[in-house]
Amino acid sequence: MKPAPFGYLRPGTLAEAVAALAGDPGAKVLAGGQSLVPLLNMRLAAPTTLIDLNALPGLDDVTVDEAGVRVGALARHAAVLASVEARRVQPLVAMALSNVAHPTIRNRGTTVGSLVHADAAAEMPVVLVLTGGSLEVEGPAGRRTVAASELFVGPLETSLHHDEIAVSAHFPALAPGAGAAFEEIARRHGDYALVGAGAIVDGDSVRVGFLSVSDLPTVVDLSGVAEADLGEAALAELEPGDDIHASADYRAQLVRVLTPRVVAAAREHAAHRLGRTRG
Amino acid sequence: MTTKLMGQPVQRVEDQRFLRGQGRYTDDVLTTPGDDAVLHAAVLRSPHAHARIVDIDVSEVLDVEGVHAVWTYEDLEGLSPAMAAPLPLLIPHPALSHGRTQYALAKDEVNYVGEAVALVVADDRYVAEDAVGLIRVDYDILPAVVGVEAAREARHLVHDDVPGNRGARLVQEVGDAPAAVAAAPHRLELDLTIERSACMPLEGRGTVARWDPDTDRLQLWTSTQSSTGVRAAVAVKLGLALGQVDVITPDVGGGFGVKIVHPWPEELLVPLAARALGRPVKFTEDRREHFISSAHERGQVQHVEVGFDDEGRVLGLDVEFWHDHGAYTPYGLIVPIITSTQLLGPYKPGAYRVAFESLYTNTVIVTPYRGAGRPQGCFAMERTMDAIADYLGKDRTEVRAANFIQPDEFPYDHQMVFQDGRPLVYDSGDYPAMLEKLKALVGWDEFPAFQAEMAAEGRQVGIGLGCYVEGTGVGPYEGAHVHVETSGKVKVAIGLTTQGQGHQTVFAQLVADELGVKFEDVEVVAGDTRRMPYAVGTFASRAAVMSGSAVHLAAKRAKEKVLRIAADALEADEADLQIVDGVVSVKGAPPDAVGASIDLGTVSVLSNPLRYAFDEASKAATQFSVGDPGKPPVAEDDEPGLEGKDFYSPDRATFASGMHAVIVETDPQTAEITILKYAVVHDCGTVINPMIVEGQIHGGVAQGIGGSLYERMAYDSSGQLLNASFMDFLMPYVTEVPDGIAIDHLETPSPLNPLGIKGAGEAGVIPTAAAFAGAIEDAERRTRTEASITAMPISPSELYALRQTPRQEQS
Repeated sequence: MKPAPFGYLRPGTLAEAVAALAGDPGAKVLAGGQSLVPLLNMRLAAPTTLIDLNALPGLDDVTVDEAGVRVGALARHAAVLASVEARRVQPLVAMALSNVAHPTIRNRGTTVGSLVHADAAAEMPVVLVLTGGSLEVEGPAGRRTVAASELFVGPLETSLHHDEIAVSAHFPALAPGAGAAFEEIARRHGDYALVGAGAIVDGDSVRVGFLSVSDLPTVVDLSGVAEADLGEAALAELEPGDDIHASADYRAQLVRVLTPRVVAAAREHAAHRLGRTRG
Repeated sequence: MTTKLMGQPVQRVEDQRFLRGQGRYTDDVLTTPGDDAVLHAAVLRSPHAHARIVDIDVSEVLDVEGVHAVWTYEDLEGLSPAMAAPLPLLIPHPALSHGRTQYALAKDEVNYVGEAVALVVADDRYVAEDAVGLIRVDYDILPAVVGVEAAREARHLVHDDVPGNRGARLVQEVGDAPAAVAAAPHRLELDLTIERSACMPLEGRGTVARWDPDTDRLQLWTSTQSSTGVRAAVAVKLGLALGQVDVITPDVGGGFGVKIVHPWPEELLVPLAARALGRPVKFTEDRREHFISSAHERGQVQHVEVGFDDEGRVLGLDVEFWHDHGAYTPYGLIVPIITSTQLLGPYKPGAYRVAFESLYTNTVIVTPYRGAGRPQGCFAMERTMDAIADYLGKDRTEVRAANFIQPDEFPYDHQMVFQDGRPLVYDSGDYPAMLEKLKALVGWDEFPAFQAEMAAEGRQVGIGLGCYVEGTGVGPYEGAHVHVETSGKVKVAIGLTTQGQGHQTVFAQLVADELGVKFEDVEVVAGDTRRMPYAVGTFASRAAVMSGSAVHLAAKRAKEKVLRIAADALEADEADLQIVDGVVSVKGAPPDAVGASIDLGTVSVLSNPLRYAFDEASKAATQFSVGDPGKPPVAEDDEPGLEGKDFYSPDRATFASGMHAVIVETDPQTAEITILKYAVVHDCGTVINPMIVEGQIHGGVAQGIGGSLYERMAYDSSGQLLNASFMDFLMPYVTEVPDGIAIDHLETPSPLNPLGIKGAGEAGVIPTAAAFAGAIEDAERRTRTEASITAMPISPSELYALRQTPRQEQS
């Protein structure tokens, strides 16, 4: 479990990093390393060069305004989770983050890194889609914004070009009257979820995002669906699969259980927020 | 020394080092850089479960900078003729008609994913792994045999010359069990399955070797449970005299059974390379290698037929099981023999017949893992007890009590042969008292009310129990050497190895008690063949029983000598002397009386008549200071030095016992299983250190929870292990183990050893799966389905599937 030989660059500016990436089709970007390093050690990935972003200035901020939460590329999950302001403006981010692995991994792993890794079993991609967020990326041609709905194109695959580096993610604020909830069921504490679901309820709008039940982080619009039909309605849009930890049938059952649960919890959350605003 | 340390919860002396990261493991040995720095070995392993090797091309490797050697089977004979033969079959058995072992490097054929095919030695492990990737092997892929069913069907054979994939068939019978079953008023049949799991020590295997051409000796550090075993094997395989090989076992980061297997291919290849290359060589196994090239356990399929009366008394028990032993049988039939004998637990069926087949599959070898066949046997027996209770509508504890061996029936002879080749005779125990303790501890009698209360809230809870008896402390022997130095400090050497159990603590307690020295003045060294060349190993819950007894006996011998010399020096009678805190004194004499006391250090000086003085203390032992000129300085039947050495070799094993109960909650919707309470009553005879025994139980229960609810080896039908990492092999975290495990002790001392000790190491893990099965079934049955739990481990997904299956369709 030692990686194959690779080059290592630790650029001091974003422009250098982008140039290095553009100049080497086999290069990979390193931020928190919580997904990439195991892949290297198991020789499942063998990049020519690692471009380490950790020396780049100004990328580790979590900035919050009333429009939403902006998470820099080097902000660790733990820092995002610890931000009281972020939790106030878009509570779903913290609700989901507390389910991401364990504290040691959250101390190293970055939220933006988790997004660009694009694992449909991970929490943050579906949160980005569900909140209608976006990613800001820097490439040789400059900076552009990629909407979450355009970002995830396949298993572990995003629409980013090879020479683009994600600079930050933006999670828009939860609307004033809206509520959110997140719950997942995993085999062990901190494991990837067998099924996870996050919900945002805003008046009549009911949207639920799912992880681990399709190739992509999937958000299902369940507005207007009767309480008793929520699970089945969600399942119609999902493709739960079998693996060594759970059968497709069982995952479907978890969708049936979790969907009404997170919707109810999100409604309760909305009522609670309204109550607090009025009180 | 005023209080005895025996039975005291003495804090472990090991903990300071381990908790501060100061443990020194095999990989920590020889880390100095430089021209003659240690080289690193990596192994090319078979990617196929079953294939013939057509050709191996290593030509690309030879050009890699930093590579020192690349070897395949073809190279071995030239390096040492004995290496051309397969690895040893450690424990032969007459029933093992078709025992097979692998070669250190595969010859012609590979039989599991992970089998060693080639060795590379390079400057570092990175280069070695790069080089391994450049070896080209042309395989002719053969069909793989995976799982008990495929092995039994035998449409394909693992080894061409082993018909039916059957390594062994063994039958033991007491009475006529089939007839007893047939004649019984009630009969039941059960078909049961237990999945594979594995020991998973945090430190994997590891070996470092240094050949010293100046002294013509080999020094070997290895992470093993038997340093003397490795020493003997290495000497034979490398063509060395035993006296040329020293094996040192540094700190071992867990064993749990897997490291009793020896020699591993790397334990031979590493010293072979060190000798051939004239440089020290190290192999440190990585986690993926540990999954696919060490050992697994547990996998069995069982069929039970039982006949019983109205009280639930078992009149006849007829068991057949099929044991998946993997691709080779280096450890013989130990695991299935233990299953077949220890299945009986605390019970005395009217007649018993057990037959097993030990079968080859194209998977990793199966050798003992903590519990060593007992969890499977206990599962069969306890599922049977639960089924009888269910059938008769009786309380599950009542049925068990009706079958217990009674306290006045010891020694109880089962008239069978145990794993050590000796009679299966239980030495002592009190099972009815133990059951009463367990019922009180878990709240058995109060549980139905709690269950009803929960049911009213829509929650489903269940209780289960498992009872077991464990043969511990098997022979042949262990020894100990106790040396009182002239400083008064006591150095103790034991031959077996230690892998975190707290041996340094408990054996120091025994020596402190026996010799009358301070606990902190005793230092224990384990597993160094230079200090104690005769030893067997650490397995089968035997260290406390075997080495503990030997340490006690050796300390006693040292004490006899202390008293003899002190009596002479103090001109007192031995019977009037006492040793307290390292000072020998005349009982009843005033503490400051001149000439009434002598410290152990001085006694040690006097024990070794000297010609030369080195310091003030040694002056006292020189030739013009002491001794009767009319007698030889060392008497004819005496030896110089203040030492005691002794061995302990029992007639047979001593039988510990225990009972566990667990209360679980199962989620009506998600089928998640939550542990509400776990209770253990345990009898390991006289307890040396209750804190350490409880730690053993905690660790064992944690592994039992793993085997009950989480862990499995997910082989696909082609023999690929799909979950060979800690991401997908679900070893329970601390978050999956209950915060508190309720523990109560019962002490029925063993009559077989001087201290009355029985083993404790495997206690926590044996009945766990049985107890969980009963508890989950109870939770499910009371409130919703008719589920029968016949296979462990069970995941929420499987429990959910079981809920969807009507009972008549369940096997």
